Amino acid sequence: MSSSTVVQDPHGHGAGHDPHQQHHFTDMEQQFDTSKIGMWLFLSTEILLFGGLFVGFGLMQARYPQEFIEAHEHLQRPLGALNTVVLLISSFTMVMGVLSAKRSDKSKLVIYLVLTILCACIFLGVKYFEYSHKFEEHLLPPRWYHAQPGDTVHNPDGTISHGYGTFFAFYFMMTGLHGIHIVVGIILLTWLVVRAQRGEFSKSYYTPVDLVGLYWHLVDMIWIYLFPLYYLIK
Amino acid sequence: MSTHTEHTHEHADHGAGLYVKTLLALLVLTVITVGASYVDFGSGNVVIALFIASIKAILVALFFMHLKDDKPVNAIIAVAGFLFLGIFLMFDFIDFGTRDNLRPVNFNGMPVIVGASGASGAPGAAPAAPAAEPKKE
Amino acid sequence: MEHSLKSQTHVADHPRPAKNYLNEQTGIWSWMSTVDHKRIGVMYLVGVLSAFLVGGIFALLVRLTLLNPQHMLFGKVLMTADTYNRVFTLHGAIMVFLFIIPSVPAALGNFVLPLMLGAKDVAFPRLNLASFYLWVTGAVMAIFVMIDGAVDTGWTFYTPYSTTTNGSVTMMTMAVFILGFSSIFTGINFVATVHKLRAPGMGWFDMPLFVWGIYSTGIIQVLATPVLGITLALLALERVFNIGIFDPKIGGDPVLFQHFFWFYSHPAVYIMILPGMAIISELIPTFSKKTMFGYRAVAYSSVSLALLSFIVWGHHMFVAGQSQLATVVFSALTFLVAIPSGVKMFNWLGTMYKGNISLETPMLYAISFLLLFAIGGLTGIFLGTLSTDVHLTDTYFVVAHFHYVMMGGTVIAFIGGLHYWWPKMTGRMYNEKLGAIGCALVFIGFNMTFLTQFFLGSKGMPRRYYNYLDQFQPLHAFSTYGSWVIGAGMFLTAGYLLASLRKPMDAPDNPWGGTTLEWKTSSPPITHNFEDQPVLERAPYDYRPEVVSHQ
Repeated sequence: MSSSTVVQDPHGHGAGHDPHQQHHFTDMEQQFDTSKIGMWLFLSTEILLFGGLFVGFGLMQARYPQEFIEAHEHLQRPLGALNTVVLLISSFTMVMGVLSAKRSDKSKLVIYLVLTILCACIFLGVKYFEYSHKFEEHLLPPRWYHAQPGDTVHNPDGTISHGYGTFFAFYFMMTGLHGIHIVVGIILLTWLVVRAQRGEFSKSYYTPVDLVGLYWHLVDMIWIYLFPLYYLIK
Repeated sequence: MSTHTEHTHEHADHGAGLYVKTLLALLVLTVITVGASYVDFGSGNVVIALFIASIKAILVALFFMHLKDDKPVNAIIAVAGFLFLGIFLMFDFIDFGTRDNLRPVNFNGMPVIVGASGASGAPGAAPAAPAAEPKKE
Repeated sequence: MEHSLKSQTHVADHPRPAKNYLNEQTGIWSWMSTVDHKRIGVMYLVGVLSAFLVGGIFALLVRLTLLNPQHMLFGKVLMTADTYNRVFTLHGAIMVFLFIIPSVPAALGNFVLPLMLGAKDVAFPRLNLASFYLWVTGAVMAIFVMIDGAVDTGWTFYTPYSTTTNGSVTMMTMAVFILGFSSIFTGINFVATVHKLRAPGMGWFDMPLFVWGIYSTGIIQVLATPVLGITLALLALERVFNIGIFDPKIGGDPVLFQHFFWFYSHPAVYIMILPGMAIISELIPTFSKKTMFGYRAVAYSSVSLALLSFIVWGHHMFVAGQSQLATVVFSALTFLVAIPSGVKMFNWLGTMYKGNISLETPMLYAISFLLLFAIGGLTGIFLGTLSTDVHLTDTYFVVAHFHYVMMGGTVIAFIGGLHYWWPKMTGRMYNEKLGAIGCALVFIGFNMTFLTQFFLGSKGMPRRYYNYLDQFQPLHAFSTYGSWVIGAGMFLTAGYLLASLRKPMDAPDNPWGGTTLEWKTSSPPITHNFEDQPVLERAPYDYRPEVVSHQ
């Protein structure tokens, strides 16, 4: 009579379904796959959000090449490298956490999540040192920037070129936005620890761990690009 | 329905070994990139640094983020993000990189507003050549 | 085939269910906390139509101010130049960000998409509600902006004016930032839904074309909107902290702002038009009783439009100081992006050809769309051509062009879709006679208002100008009279639609003889959409007699 038949299933999905299954999905696999797609779509938006800042940085760097080279000397390379290593380790502990959840290993999951949080806190601690140093030396956006001994580029009227301040404006914007993402990550990871302690995750349901993991890896990935561009480029 | 829940998480369980290897590779690459930054390759430094960063990013994406084992749609989404970012970057550089260095005839040393054509913010250090005649648009 | 629409209504109707999505739960909290896509769609509908009203009133005020060069009404100057700048800015910003971008996807799409796919809801119902609340937040912030003295930069916020002018620029940009996230989350939801929640038997090429359009729109929302977010954040930071990126006085580049802004805002106009085209792709086959001509071409054209929209943004910047090479490249690519739109136009016409056409109100709007979008799209080519753009840019020609595509295109399609799905959403039929009159008024008024503006523009009248030469007064006046006719048409339409809500729910399941899955549900649908999971067995738009006669 019509262009579709119906499957006789008054409940809409199989009885005895997983308690985590939402009613509009037919099974957990569909729900899990859909969640992953949703998270990757969100990560794509993050790529473009940060990417816009990278583009702006790149164009400003082309505009003020000398200033950017001189300005970057003030960044502390060892601290940047340390932070890179810390984040890479945190990515490792995160994915080990996901693996533990997949294996229904609650205690390991909690340990790895806590280790990830610890790494994140170390990262923020190092950033705090770096930021304090910048504020002390007035290595700040143009409005507050103080000329440094090594600065060679001046405007015709004798004032220091805007390029230096612009470098630090971008430095704070990008590391600041990244830092905000780290803080949000710490909050999400803490929430996961609480739920994991309650025994909510196992091999049949660990989606939130996986999704937060994906987010965390993206935060790491952004730093992977930030680090060389700010700390290493000559 | 229980068969579905077990089937759900048959995702490849490589075990910790793969992750350890990936971490080691990432750490080694970090050492390399830091080391390379102490050597002067001129404009090659940027290329090398970004190249190594991209390898690290791909390792994180393929192995830590499981793109290698997932259905392709996730990887397509990730690539799309980078691709369109690349489009943004590329067209912007086409613009900024090919702008004419137009300056008024009575130019008297204002800071140079220009793209990547090599001129820096140095004051009054206007390259002598273009000041001779006003360029046509 | 003489199935009249009426006779199809009492074939295979099951009894109207006592409980539907509107009355199953009552009370304001059940609405505020709902995760039902249909309720969210209805709330969005109320919201965006309210925004349309406010934006429309600002438009009427703009036109009123331009009735004569002295800006006089009843012997008094209607508004100062400064106020005028704020009024047209608010008109643009409200219409773009609060109305047109969310309109079709969030109001109609939310309601219809899961039904068309045979799904119970969208992929992420709670995220859907969050999208709505973000929209509300943006709207409230916009109200604050209006009270706080508003913004006079134009909806495009060009620097350095926007970084230095007084006014609530920062608050406005933050409102738009939040609205951007509302849009992003809607896009994420719809893309995931289309990938994973199709009914059994529904492959990609069995989906209704409305779904293809909404899906393509979702791709743009996900990829483009974040760049708007960062643009606005940078603008706010430039204003507050003088970071030196856009303002030339502190070493920035104003064209950089334009690159950032238009990288989003050009794809954004495709966020606006693709859903409108998606609606037309539903209306034309249904009211021609004929399958869509070239289904795959139309589907592919939706996706190609989404992708190509990302590589043409520089055509907004031909005279802004962009390099010659970039300008030429963008112009050539702009010609390319016109092709998929053309494909759709020919396919719609091909569908109508030798079809059994019935002229209910949705179809009247669809036919209006064909004419108005053709004009809008073609005039876009004039603007994409460098030599003509130099003369036409920043004139009323541009204003006319984009009103033809956005209003003559999207808004007309939106109203058509609203009428089409009105029985499904509300359970009532509206008054057809009034529908036809409303459409006629809107169509005539629209052309009066905006066709005139093509002439104004080509004669040299600049856009956004408060003052104008006396010689332009007759055209301006005629355009203003047209705006009153539009207003009359819109108010009439709103009136009879609202009046229909006072009738009892008597709409049939399938008043139009549609073939897509939403017409299998009751009007209005039950909360869970379908009693049982529908399985698709036939292609969409299958109007072959042997199929129809079995219904």
